[in-house]
Amino acid sequence: MRRLVYMDNHATTPMDPRVLEATLPYFCEKFGNAASRNHQFGWEAEAAVEQAREQIARLINAKPKEIIFTSGATESDNLALKGILEFYKDKGNHIITAVTEHKAILDTCKALERTGKAQVTYLRVDKTGLVDLDELRNAVTDKTILISLMYANNEIGTIHPLREIGKLAKEKGIFFHSDATQGVGKIPVDVEAMGIDLMSLSAHKMYGPKGCGALYVRSKGPRVRLTPMTDGGGHERGMRSGTLNVPGIVGFGKACEFAGAEMETEAGRVLQMRERLRDGLFSQLDEVYLNGHPTHRLPGNLNVSFAFVEGESLLMGLKDIAVSSGSACTSATLEPSYVLKALGVGDDLAHTSIRFGLGRFNTMEEVDYVVERVVHEVRRLRDMSPLYEMAKEGVDLKSFQWVRE
Amino acid sequence: MSYSNKVIDHYENPRNVGSFSKNETNVGTGIVGAPECGDVMKLQLKISDAGVIEDARFKTFGCGSAIASSSYVTELVKGKTLDDALQIKNTQIVEELSLPPVKIHCSVLAEDAIKAAISDWKKRREGEADAPKAASNE
Repeated sequence: MRRLVYMDNHATTPMDPRVLEATLPYFCEKFGNAASRNHQFGWEAEAAVEQAREQIARLINAKPKEIIFTSGATESDNLALKGILEFYKDKGNHIITAVTEHKAILDTCKALERTGKAQVTYLRVDKTGLVDLDELRNAVTDKTILISLMYANNEIGTIHPLREIGKLAKEKGIFFHSDATQGVGKIPVDVEAMGIDLMSLSAHKMYGPKGCGALYVRSKGPRVRLTPMTDGGGHERGMRSGTLNVPGIVGFGKACEFAGAEMETEAGRVLQMRERLRDGLFSQLDEVYLNGHPTHRLPGNLNVSFAFVEGESLLMGLKDIAVSSGSACTSATLEPSYVLKALGVGDDLAHTSIRFGLGRFNTMEEVDYVVERVVHEVRRLRDMSPLYEMAKEGVDLKSFQWVRE
Repeated sequence: MSYSNKVIDHYENPRNVGSFSKNETNVGTGIVGAPECGDVMKLQLKISDAGVIEDARFKTFGCGSAIASSSYVTELVKGKTLDDALQIKNTQIVEELSLPPVKIHCSVLAEDAIKAAISDWKKRREGEADAPKAASNE
């Protein structure tokens, strides 16, 4: 039997076996606490952590001491937003972000609003998922303390122009945070050139282990300070107390090293597979629509609406293929993807969207198999779809009188 | 989400998929749901003059549970009188297919589809009775 095809690399990535190998000694053998300053076990662990810090810093052009280890990007996002708002509360309380951000940003903003600690502007995006820089500029007030805009979107892969945003932030004297979870390790990041002050990273999105992430915190020009969320032993320059996850951190560092060394060839190969997938689907099926930006997008991301075929039913037919759907039926909320809605994709098409996430371990053969299976299932389900039949008969589905529940 | 074996069976081998020909008389059509809600069911019932459901067809846009609910309903209604068909409750569909709570709306929609199809058939019959014979032949 054919094994399952994994094409959901925005959700998580498999750990690279080379990364696993690097972490193994740090479980049983070199198990020391990196904060133990008075014996070999501690020194060994500390040295491993410092090496990882360097590997991570090198990938994003930062200094090692600017890397603060966390449990993942959600914690990093929380720490960045809450930490800045708290520390600089006398300077301002206004955050600018966008409606397509990850829930870790949006829900943190909502919590800050609810507790009266911040006022938040949620910028709209255009139909490709990009914010308007003039709108961003106009949203700035004398109370604005932080701009938080993601690098690459987790659903549609749209890449924000961080360099321009960073320049604007610098001009206005505002801190710039970016949730770069999907971008780091896939496309180039340079915190200096991009003018980034804080950045969230996650190991498991780049072939590292789960439960390990980092927050980049600029140390100079300007020096960024923040109030910690956890009190304790004062680890990580006092910004994040708690014993370090040494094996995870070692794996994270190794993952960054490979990502940096192999980025160019890997991005090229992944892009080639993505384009083959897109060509295969678009050439064989009618009424398919690309969601997101045609070019400013992650090499491994393809988000497509297959009109008249509900997303979950398509996933059910693709049972040996792991992809994800923006349809409501995959969640308990019954609301389709808020990201697609923000692009102006109607609920009808949002319900038919599928996200393909290609990565390091996919093959051309898998791409061809996925094209064949998706085309087959979409045709089968369209034969079963009253909407496809009505559209083919020339019924205007927009003006049809639907009987809603 | 994991599906019951019966949902999977109906999804993979849907019963009575399709549409009756437009020229067919004695057919009642119910279309319920809306594309932006993620579910649309079209149920067609072929009903004898005596008021017995002789055949059924469906087409559904929706998740696997919606497809299974409508597929099951086409089996369920065949041979039933209109009065009996109108007695079918969504809970019967939920039970048969072991639908989880988040999928109960699929069964409600299927129940609505039966009612809509029967009501459409009744309307057509009344329309035919009122319309002059010559006009209906055009």
